[in-house]
Amino acid sequence: MKITQGTFSFLPELTDKEITAQIQYALDQGWAVSVEYTDDPHPRNYYWDMWGNPMFDLQDAAGALDEVRAARKAHPQTYIRVNAFDATRGFETTRLSFIVNRPTNEPGYGLVRQEADGRNIRYTTESYAAKAPEGRRYE
Amino acid sequence: MGTPAERYKSGVMPYAKMGYWDADYEPKDTDVIALFRITPQDGVDPIEAAAAVAGESSTATWTVVWTDRLTACELYRAKAYRVDPVPGNPGQFFSYIAYDLALFEEGSIANLTASIIGNVFGFKPLKALRLEDMRIPVAYLKTFQGPPTGIVVERERLDKFGRPLLGATTKPKLGLSAKNYGRVVYEALKGGLDFVKDDENINSQPFMHWRDRFLFCMEAVNKAAAATGEVKGHYLNVTAGTMEDMYERADFAKQLGSNIVMIDLVIGYTAIQSMSKWARRNDMILHLHRAGHGTYTRQKTHGVSFRVIAKWMRMAGVDHIHAGTVVGKLEGDPNVIKGIYSICRDSFTRKNLEQGVFFDQDWAGLRKVMPVASGGIHAGQMHQLITYLGEDVVLQFGGGTIGHPQGIQAGATANRVALEVMIKARNEGRDIWNEGPQILAEAAKWCSPLNAALQVWKDVTFDYTSTDTADFVPTATAS
Repeated sequence: MKITQGTFSFLPELTDKEITAQIQYALDQGWAVSVEYTDDPHPRNYYWDMWGNPMFDLQDAAGALDEVRAARKAHPQTYIRVNAFDATRGFETTRLSFIVNRPTNEPGYGLVRQEADGRNIRYTTESYAAKAPEGRRYE
Repeated sequence: MGTPAERYKSGVMPYAKMGYWDADYEPKDTDVIALFRITPQDGVDPIEAAAAVAGESSTATWTVVWTDRLTACELYRAKAYRVDPVPGNPGQFFSYIAYDLALFEEGSIANLTASIIGNVFGFKPLKALRLEDMRIPVAYLKTFQGPPTGIVVERERLDKFGRPLLGATTKPKLGLSAKNYGRVVYEALKGGLDFVKDDENINSQPFMHWRDRFLFCMEAVNKAAAATGEVKGHYLNVTAGTMEDMYERADFAKQLGSNIVMIDLVIGYTAIQSMSKWARRNDMILHLHRAGHGTYTRQKTHGVSFRVIAKWMRMAGVDHIHAGTVVGKLEGDPNVIKGIYSICRDSFTRKNLEQGVFFDQDWAGLRKVMPVASGGIHAGQMHQLITYLGEDVVLQFGGGTIGHPQGIQAGATANRVALEVMIKARNEGRDIWNEGPQILAEAAKWCSPLNAALQVWKDVTFDYTSTDTADFVPTATAS
């Protein structure tokens, strides 16, 4: 399966040139770009590991792409995403977030159903990969 | 007004002379201001008509009463202070009326509206009356809690950024059993939508009781989340005959782990505020379907403009509100819709007469409402939808998902691909308004569901003249 988190997951994988264009758009809006990675892609894993701080003072999209490349080199078998953060009053939140790297094999998730009282079911989404310890999930 | 003895002599006196008209009045920052379109009966002076509206929506009755003198009555009287002819509509007038803050109970839409749209709408000396816009002072806004979640927090909870959200309403609206209904939900969510929605009149009918629907829908939501790795949701409509029933349904939705519940506008302002408080207590997104509004918002001469309803709903506290599509099957002039979207989404809405917005409105930090575009829209219009409506909006493709020739999942995928490809192109600096059809055609080469959608619905447009349009047109400025 292909995890479809992020702004462009229904499109073919973005090329580095396409990634640069999106980063440039974010910089043009005055947003700060950051890179994050994880090997626990649960839909509610909000805190991916930060590949450094958001690049608040960066002017040049090529510099951000260098960070994407460095993150890929260090963590090739993880999910890596580029975020753009808008500090404008009334937003102060992420405005764009898209995946730029995936593990070769994406086993996906199991759905655990705990049958409860009446017809109630308690649902748990479990990543097959995340059952292994951190760092050994997509070997 | 003459001496107090003359003013309070028993009998009938023109409203303008009773103190409800004051051409020199300067509205205070703390005043509520209402802008009415008044159509006086033949022979009724527009200023007297405006004064009558001010009177009947505040302290006046048809005759002089001496008991006014037991109060600081000048303060409590609403004051009409400006009357302008409506451009291009002889016999109609825009009348500005200011109300002192002391007239209103804190945090109560019911109290605000009981004055502003109370008796006055049936007043005989007027042929018609429409509430066009209101300026709510910050002092009054701060007595309302506003949206329980708001656009920013909704996106953070869903972990979805940079694009409109995608939804669909389950069809057929009525008749499906809960199991079959849940099938539609699952297919649409797995195919790529973020949300599926109950329709406004899906409550608890003989063909599908509410508990059964909730159980099957949550199976669909969770199964689709596991199949995609995304947060998914279904707006469970908790609309019912009593507050007790609505709380029971909402509590069950929460127990099942739903992230969103839904109500209809017809439940009334007080019930909406109650559900808003419930949603805030229970970390729930609150979706509002505007069922019923067309009965009083659509005609320009009489009723309440939807932009006013949108303001009230932001104050009452809903997270989603259906606010028009421009291109779809339901009423919506592009400029008027832009004005309504601004009211939902701005931190500070600027006066913009071309968009029907008559006042600057400081929202005082009240959270933003996510507008929902629903009704007769399809993937082939994606470039138009994004251009008109922007990014912070839920685009709802009901028929445009479920009616897809290759099935519901394919319909959802077509919409999601069309959306992502258009956002990507816009961000890359392409002119999507003009190149949109070409951008879609390029994506359709590798996405067969999108190709099929474009073929089926390529000629579908709803090109009718709007009823509710702005009265001011842009004028060229000399350079």
